[in-house]
Amino acid sequence: MSASLTRELESLLGREGVLSGVEDLLMYEYDGSVEKARPDVVVFPRSTREVSEIVRIANRHGVPIVGRGAGTGLSGGALARNGGVMIVFARMKRILEVDIENRRAVVQPGAVNLDLTRAVEHAGLYFAPDPSSQKSCTIGGNVAENAGGPHTLAYGVTTNHVLGLELVLPDGAVVRIGGKTADALGYDLTGLLVGSEGTLALVTEITVKLLRKPEAVKTLLAIYDTVDDATETVVDLTARAITPAACEMIDGWTLRAIEDYVHAGFPYDSAGVLLIEVEGLTEAVTSQAAAISDVCLAHHAREVRVARDDRERELLWKGRKNAFGALGRLAPSNYVLDGVIPRSKLPQTLRRIAEIGRQYDLQIGNIFHAGDGNLHPLVLYDPRDAAQFGRAIRASEDILRYCIEVGGTLTGEHGVGMEKSELMPLLFSDADLELMRRVHDAFNPASSLNPGKIFPLGKSCGEIRTQHPLQRGAELL
Amino acid sequence: MTASATTIAARLESIAGVEQVHAQSAACMRYAVDDLAPSAVVRPANAEQVAEVVRFAVAEKLAVIPCGARTKLGIGMPPARYDIALDTTRLDQIAHYDPGDLTLSVDAGMPLAKLNAVLGEHAQFLPLLAPWYSRTTVGGTIASGVDSPLRQFYGTARDFVIGAEFVTGAGTLAKSGGRVVKNVTGYDLHKLLIGSLGTLAVITRVNFRTFPAPPAARGFVASFATAEEALRLRRRVVDSPLSPLTLDVLSPGLAQIFATRTPATPEVAVFPGESHSSNQTLLRMLGNWFSPREWHLCAGFAGTPEVLQRYERDLTQFAADSRATCTTVLDDATRPSVWGRLRESLSMLCEASPAATIFKLSLLPEQHTAAFAKLDEIAERASLPSALIARAAGTIYFGLLPEQSVEKNAENLARLASAATTIFDLAAHEGGYATIPFCPSGLKRRLNIWGTHFVSRMNLRDAHRPDFALMQRVKSAFDPNSILAPARFPGAI
Repeated sequence: MSASLTRELESLLGREGVLSGVEDLLMYEYDGSVEKARPDVVVFPRSTREVSEIVRIANRHGVPIVGRGAGTGLSGGALARNGGVMIVFARMKRILEVDIENRRAVVQPGAVNLDLTRAVEHAGLYFAPDPSSQKSCTIGGNVAENAGGPHTLAYGVTTNHVLGLELVLPDGAVVRIGGKTADALGYDLTGLLVGSEGTLALVTEITVKLLRKPEAVKTLLAIYDTVDDATETVVDLTARAITPAACEMIDGWTLRAIEDYVHAGFPYDSAGVLLIEVEGLTEAVTSQAAAISDVCLAHHAREVRVARDDRERELLWKGRKNAFGALGRLAPSNYVLDGVIPRSKLPQTLRRIAEIGRQYDLQIGNIFHAGDGNLHPLVLYDPRDAAQFGRAIRASEDILRYCIEVGGTLTGEHGVGMEKSELMPLLFSDADLELMRRVHDAFNPASSLNPGKIFPLGKSCGEIRTQHPLQRGAELL
Repeated sequence: MTASATTIAARLESIAGVEQVHAQSAACMRYAVDDLAPSAVVRPANAEQVAEVVRFAVAEKLAVIPCGARTKLGIGMPPARYDIALDTTRLDQIAHYDPGDLTLSVDAGMPLAKLNAVLGEHAQFLPLLAPWYSRTTVGGTIASGVDSPLRQFYGTARDFVIGAEFVTGAGTLAKSGGRVVKNVTGYDLHKLLIGSLGTLAVITRVNFRTFPAPPAARGFVASFATAEEALRLRRRVVDSPLSPLTLDVLSPGLAQIFATRTPATPEVAVFPGESHSSNQTLLRMLGNWFSPREWHLCAGFAGTPEVLQRYERDLTQFAADSRATCTTVLDDATRPSVWGRLRESLSMLCEASPAATIFKLSLLPEQHTAAFAKLDEIAERASLPSALIARAAGTIYFGLLPEQSVEKNAENLARLASAATTIFDLAAHEGGYATIPFCPSGLKRRLNIWGTHFVSRMNLRDAHRPDFALMQRVKSAFDPNSILAPARFPGAI
């Protein structure tokens, strides 16, 4: 990287807006995934104009650009795979407009997910997508990854709540797509951009829908002695057309790890629990909760607890949302998968995951969005143990292959990133990928923006994966 | 038939079979778009044949317009060229339906009503109650991007289409998405196809999430002397804890059409309690509680008996507070007559006049009060009858309905054109936009139905908007030779 690139960026943003020291760059070489890549320089723009200028400067120097929110992503989407300039949106976090009457908000990409809800809750409104990292993750990151969360079962993922975007294209041009009104004129570019993992454009402003908070909420905890009973309950709920606002499953092993850490009141001796929430009119919630409780008991739930007040409810959710932190205490690293399966295949898939764990001699926890079939198997490993890490990667691929075999997909909400790009041919034909590539090139012809993501690089899976333990081991030594 | 038409037909016959190709002018006229008829019509049996037809068109530089039941084929500017009508109605199978997963994969040519009848056997449905319901196909509904009254609760197609298979303008069979309800693997290309009017690809199959049919449904109608009062009630409902399935405001003009006409489309049951043979119900005139001189708010809601009671109680109270002159709760016997008309609002508006000109305005809900008043003024100034329906999501459909065709009364064309310009400006001024999805072909020769951004045919290519430059690039990625429905889309795409 040239010193003149840093100088130009500093003259645009001031010295406080640019990081280029090796020790400063360290914290930007990771995100929430197991991947790692170091940018050459990190910049903190304050405006769309500055983002556009940064892009033009990077282009003149022929270096790639990658956008980043809070770095909580789980697929390597916000890593500078080929180095270059990383644009961090931490200083563009303002909520620009709140329109209570029409239920819209306009925010900058660095605005934290939960801060938007806090800014509108006085009017009884909230922003629906609720990834577990919502206290720190940014809405720009949510847009890039099309983030989900527990309550997307009822309310949809990020794309269902985004109406318009301001973009900075890879040539530095600023373009607005969509807007505050629904049904934008022309092609649904907003629908294409949300979930495009920062590979088409940098998002500098987001127009979202806000929802009204429900009148009543009931949270149930159903406790099971076998995993099968819990998964069969989910299949039955779906078949009976009962749609809760959230339906999360936590297996017994994971539950105990969480309980030690969070003290949410989860039972130590169960094989698994379902955390189910129903929302809506008081009349609807009461009957739905009763119906759900009946289905749980019919599938041999040992006990169905109903949270008595907000405090109990928040404690249960705290347990769910802090699970990853809890598991971090048990093993040096964990690999979080994100496969999705048709919901009727839950019981057999959970059994298969347990088998794969035994086969590779690995502990695999399960804590996931059962209601929409979005699995999050957590493969625990020690990165210093190269052989174990290799097994963890192979076990993960076996699980994802199985998801696809039963009619599912690679990722439900975390994104493909640089983690699953080599697996894309399992789902998509050459023709499918070629068309996606053409659409990519329509926006980002030189791949200067977030290169090395989503699309397979053409190496075999093994070739890429086997590099990891060595790289990581070397770093840790 | 010209010689080249003969050659085209012969080649198409070799792809799809002799019986599936028509080149006689009478048959081609049935596929005409804005008075332009294709040289041949082909009805492929499967996606591979669709791809072969498109590849043939690419090789011969022929323009193709894909279609289903052709109920909404009029949406768009006149095509720059039109050689082959690609009729997808033989692609009419359900490829996968997993009721236990609430997911569905269905061929593009399947009629929506027929599909919902199958889903109904499993107490499920697709919340796309599109106009021309009994005939319209899955592919046509998606490609035309029409909404339905149920968008209030279920959203639009972009909220429940989870994948698609299609043939690009290069003749390549491709797909995106999948058959699971949550998926971020690869680009959501299927979202681009919604409302694309066949300009990007020929849709051959669509994957949906399906929805459980509610246990019971009811309707509610309140009448008002003024639009302000009807909108005040709507505001009250939106601010309340209620989440109705539909929430539409109708002008007296539309109430008049509802009260005096019956939709040409026979009724098809969607929700429980609706009889499959309820043609009689729909054809029945509305009761005297539906006053053709007043504004109306129509709400639909569903749930258990306790939930239905809550809706009835709250809605009746809110309506009284908003000075409703009359309120009615619709049960299974009376509800289909109103819901069927709401669903068919667009087709009924089109049938109400030989020169029906229907505008779609995308505005914010709170801009409606002012917009209604201005639209009323515009109709008055043009001396034309009018009718409108406004969805709580912000969309307004506004029809100008001359009594005579533009051929009989040329002055109507001038009136419509002048009104259109004012309406485009009005929407743009509010930060929204207006288009004209349905109008006489003659009007398209005078103005661009996609609004003020595209004033004349002269400057169509420079779209004035950088987002349309992006759309042009997306178009080129899918259809590099611009053979699919050329020039029908905004920006002459």
